[in-house]
Amino acid sequence: MLSIHNLHAGIEGKKILNGIDLEVKPGEVHAIMGPNGSGKSTLANVLAGRADYEVSHGTAEFQGKNLLELSPEKRAGEGLFLAFQYPVEIPGLNTINFIKTAVNEIRKYRGQDPLDAVAFLKLMKEKMALMNIEQSLLARSLNEGFSGGEKKRNEVFQMAMLEPKLAILDETDSGLDIDAIRIVSNGVNKLRNKENAVLVVTHYQRLLDYIVPDFVHVLYNGRIVKSGSKELARELEERGYDFIKHETSEVETV
Amino acid sequence: MNTIEYFKERFDQWQPANGHNGFSAIRQEAFNAFSKLGIPTTKNEEWKYTRVAGLFNQEYQFPPDSLTASVTAIELDGLRLPGHEQANELVFVNGFFSFPLSVIRSADLTVLSLEDAAKNGFSELVEKQFGDSSKYIKDGIHALNTAFVHGGIFIHIKKGLVVEHPVYIYNITDARSANILAQPRSLIHINEHAHVQLVETYITLGPNQSFTNQVMEVTVEQDARLEYYKIQNDGAHTNQVSTTHIRQTGKSYVHTVTISLNGGLIRNNLNLVLDAKYCESHLYGLYFQTGQSHIDNHTVVDNIKPNCLSNELYKGIMNDQSTAVFNGKIFVRPQAQKTNAYQSNKNVLLSDTTSVNTKPQLEIFADDVKCTHGCTVGKLNEDGLFYLQSRGISEKTARMLLLRAYASDIMEHIKPASIRTYVERLIVDRLESDIS
Repeated sequence: MLSIHNLHAGIEGKKILNGIDLEVKPGEVHAIMGPNGSGKSTLANVLAGRADYEVSHGTAEFQGKNLLELSPEKRAGEGLFLAFQYPVEIPGLNTINFIKTAVNEIRKYRGQDPLDAVAFLKLMKEKMALMNIEQSLLARSLNEGFSGGEKKRNEVFQMAMLEPKLAILDETDSGLDIDAIRIVSNGVNKLRNKENAVLVVTHYQRLLDYIVPDFVHVLYNGRIVKSGSKELARELEERGYDFIKHETSEVETV
Repeated sequence: MNTIEYFKERFDQWQPANGHNGFSAIRQEAFNAFSKLGIPTTKNEEWKYTRVAGLFNQEYQFPPDSLTASVTAIELDGLRLPGHEQANELVFVNGFFSFPLSVIRSADLTVLSLEDAAKNGFSELVEKQFGDSSKYIKDGIHALNTAFVHGGIFIHIKKGLVVEHPVYIYNITDARSANILAQPRSLIHINEHAHVQLVETYITLGPNQSFTNQVMEVTVEQDARLEYYKIQNDGAHTNQVSTTHIRQTGKSYVHTVTISLNGGLIRNNLNLVLDAKYCESHLYGLYFQTGQSHIDNHTVVDNIKPNCLSNELYKGIMNDQSTAVFNGKIFVRPQAQKTNAYQSNKNVLLSDTTSVNTKPQLEIFADDVKCTHGCTVGKLNEDGLFYLQSRGISEKTARMLLLRAYASDIMEHIKPASIRTYVERLIVDRLESDIS
């Protein structure tokens, strides 16, 4: 589904990713962990197509297409979704209108007819029930004045509405208390199936108690320095990132 | 012949038919002021960024030679604003009020020619209120309107009258055969406990240049309420200096929204004089400029008495080589303790070749007041753009959504639904054509 080879990228001339290799197949959950500044959010944003980042080398294929050539909206049309670490507040843009526009633009991209008001409402009610989100929240301006938990729930609600093939969750647990993490994780888990995949970018292991990964990768200095099963996440939690840094520096000095 | 000589010749020759003696002294005084002040240049601090002299290098048919309407009712039908079936419609043609074209639907709404009002029962009001704006605006253009005052109107909203139909005011300039300088004038008195909504718009017919130099003076009395909406969406060959001067003489509520979407050069003077305790005033503005157009909003909020509240928000969207000026004065006089005055001007630049000059100007002579002001000039929010695109929304649609969202906190203050929908449509159409 997603195939990344030797990806190098940076921002404003500063190199952040130094050769990422990653394979994600349908049905899998991958966790990307790593200390602050290791390049986790950069990877998420590069995959979603944020223009500030420059890819200097390497490839990223998504369902056989060259992801790096596509505009952010086309990536979404192809089925990629980024749940933002900091969802943007847009005063004056009604959340429901925004989601309706997104759903129908993606349908247009896929050659489907737009949903009419009735069909859209039906879909929305269904996903609202699934995500346990109130209409009063969606009637407000997009993310404006939302609490941290409300913003993240709104991200996962959008994910439910857009039904992506690959969802990238960028630090979705940051700033959330344990109850909010449980609600958001339950939402993500309800959307999981054999056809889609999830890439969880996180600093802490605790989110992975709820969204259980098949693979864990440790990112350090812009490279995946260690991959393993979910046990690796527990090991990191116990030992901290220092042992990774230590191992890496040993490898580099050899 | 220079500009002053040109107008002097016309002033001497032109004796308006049906004239009222009460105005000849005022006219003469105003003409003297005009001769002394001349047309403002950019050396005048109030006109530093707006070059208006060029408009006076044109040949205008002035004064427009006839009071009889050159516009027919059928032509007017194509120009009416949505909701007109339920509105009072007041029509000016080339600066002269047209009774035959106007439609008064609300009983008890009094509309008279200024001359008639001064003769018949309203002489005291006219004498007291006419020319009040001259105390605030001392330039030759303003004096020029008064010097040639004729064909203006007096609107009286009597005590306790809630005018159920909005009042639409059309300023039509018939420039089909010549360049036209039109100088509409109106005086409005909103008596105690009366409510009225005014919606004003400007339309030029024909390809020739039009220049509208308008003065409206309004008095709002105790517990009265005025909503005033100005919609400027005329062609690039049209220019205007539009002065709206509002004096609140009793505890009252005034709400203004100024929407400027199209035009060559527009200068709006909006004065709010808060001449009683506990007045409340809201001033909103949205300008969306393109091409070579120029918009200048000069506002004054003069707090004379204590405990007044004013809230001002003007937002701009600037494209191409357009230019904008915002100058917001707030005066707080020594007596005006407990004043709350807020002001903000925000601008989004869509091109690198546009420019904005924004200047808050606060003069505070009382010590127990709350005043804030701020201005921003920036680009469209790139994070917002990426957020929307990442949800599958095309860049063009995303830009349009962001700009409509940006405009929404002005739009929501247009209370008559038919007018709000109409202006929203104009903005969407403009975004469709302006955003690539």
